[in-house]
Amino acid sequence: MVERHIGLSIFCHVVLLIGAAAVCMPLYFAFVAGSLTVGEVQQVPFPLVPGSHFVENTVLAWNEGQFSRLYVNSLVVTVGIVTGKLAVSLIAGFAVTYFRFPFRMTAFWLIFISLMLPVEVRIIPTYEAVADAGGPLRALFDAIGLTGFIADRTGYRLDAALQWNMINSYGGLILPLIASASATFLFRQFFLTVPDELCEAAKLDGAGPLKFFWDVLLPLSRANIAALSIILFLYGWNQYLWPLLFTTEKAMATAMIGLKDLIPVADAQPAWNIAMAASFFVMAPPALVILLMQRWFTKGLVDSSK
Amino acid sequence: MPASNAIMINREGAATRPRFPLRRSLGSLVRSSEVGLKASHFRRPWLAAGLVAPQLLILLFFFFIPTWKALSLAFVQVDPFGGTMIFVGLDNFTTLFSSPEYRDSAILTLWFTVVQCLATLAIAGLLAFATDNVMRGRAIYKGVILLPYAIAPAISGVLWAFLFNPTVGPLAQMLHELGFAWDPNRRPFDALLLVSVAAIWKHVCYDYIFLVAAFLAVPPSVMEAAAIDGARPVRRFLTVTLPMAAPTIFFLIVMNFVYGLFETFGIIDTVTRGGPAGSTNTLVYKVYQDGFRQLDLGSSAAQSVILMAIAVLFTFLQFRAVERKVNYQV
Repeated sequence: MVERHIGLSIFCHVVLLIGAAAVCMPLYFAFVAGSLTVGEVQQVPFPLVPGSHFVENTVLAWNEGQFSRLYVNSLVVTVGIVTGKLAVSLIAGFAVTYFRFPFRMTAFWLIFISLMLPVEVRIIPTYEAVADAGGPLRALFDAIGLTGFIADRTGYRLDAALQWNMINSYGGLILPLIASASATFLFRQFFLTVPDELCEAAKLDGAGPLKFFWDVLLPLSRANIAALSIILFLYGWNQYLWPLLFTTEKAMATAMIGLKDLIPVADAQPAWNIAMAASFFVMAPPALVILLMQRWFTKGLVDSSK
Repeated sequence: MPASNAIMINREGAATRPRFPLRRSLGSLVRSSEVGLKASHFRRPWLAAGLVAPQLLILLFFFFIPTWKALSLAFVQVDPFGGTMIFVGLDNFTTLFSSPEYRDSAILTLWFTVVQCLATLAIAGLLAFATDNVMRGRAIYKGVILLPYAIAPAISGVLWAFLFNPTVGPLAQMLHELGFAWDPNRRPFDALLLVSVAAIWKHVCYDYIFLVAAFLAVPPSVMEAAAIDGARPVRRFLTVTLPMAAPTIFFLIVMNFVYGLFETFGIIDTVTRGGPAGSTNTLVYKVYQDGFRQLDLGSSAAQSVILMAIAVLFTFLQFRAVERKVNYQV
């Protein structure tokens, strides 16, 4: 290797220590604040040593914010996003790379276009789509006259049956976030690198497409699936805008929204100690994932940007 | 039989290809072309249709229909109480562009995104350079610096809102002691600075991961050659490592812009809610404000359309960046 300089080495350690301190400083102050009483948290100057009420504040925050319920919601939504997106995109990626069928390129381009627009830019129409998921179907059946036809013959109101409101439901929290093709694209790219001989061999042995997918392709994709699940887990758990819009009932909110509700507003008592204690258990799951699975996480991050 | 139909169109398209280029591109949509198809593949059209169907259905309901609605809403006026819609053409856009509020929001967004982008890149670059030049403790430094990636933008917002809260925040108290009249609830510049700091703190780790990987990918032989020629570490970094990492840096600039534009909603909502006096009301936050708080659906949709155009532009740049990155690393 090239030569080394003691001076440079020291400089670099100092830079890294400052960087690490800058990362930890807000977390440390949050911990200190979370371990004080309401009175102590307002004193000037702010104490630099943690108090002794951290567990107490955590329990208080957990109960006050109904986190038993919100944590379950967050878990259900996150697991739903991870499994839903993986399942949908694995089979879609498989179909567009391993099958010759009419409209294959149309399907590919339709999927590809959806990479262009992040969800944030279509907030309001997506809200409508979730609030009235049956709307497009109703319009379609109206247009082709099916609604009137069925109502005349059987008296069954098709348009009444197609009122699906997904506000305050797990479906409403999960489905719009699955509607992006980034994972499909990732798996397509990976499948293209899989040697052709594997498929030939599977065919010679008489395996059908589904057997090939299940017994050959899925085991090969294990590393990609693991890496992507981590990224999707962080993405799902840290969602903020959608739960904010799609949940009007407290019982259907996610942990992130619960935390937001604990932040003291201008006129209320500044209970920052409760909010800071809560922030720790809300950020714990993704932080643990990153610390324990750093290698997979880095791979997932670099892969998913290709 | 849809399958045989498609093949007919396919043959037609192929026959007329030389004369009608447009027809050809339409034909390539319908034809089951070979692009991106494995040499060894299956021919089970119905099974394939079943496998892509879930993805396409979800996209239809939660991507294509909403996008179409946003596009069509941008050209109408909706009254917030009833369902009446009047077609107004480009009126929503002209009012938008002539409103000083929107112009302020656009300028502010640009300022915020550029500052955030450059600061993030510079800090991440310095940290990555340092990581590249230390032998001991690399894994620990990396682990700590990566931590904010796990933390949601909203939580980053909460943490910094607390640190700089003018009454209880420890850092705000320090600023007050130093004689600064720090108050992000009243002073627009303070609010903007606070949001920027929270956004940068959250995003440095992302750039850092990519830069560490890019610096590591520089071939040791090139570095050694530069060392033999007498270049010291800093000079080697500036004249060898940085140019070789240029495609990654370009990619990161694009990604930082995307992050600053679209993913900072959580930070702004928890720290300032767009205030004071609209000083942190970025374009994405304004869409939410106008649509859900003011219920001005037409204007909000027109803003969405503008954001969509920006997003498409950045996606395009991102693909270019990725292409260049791949070519460079051969």
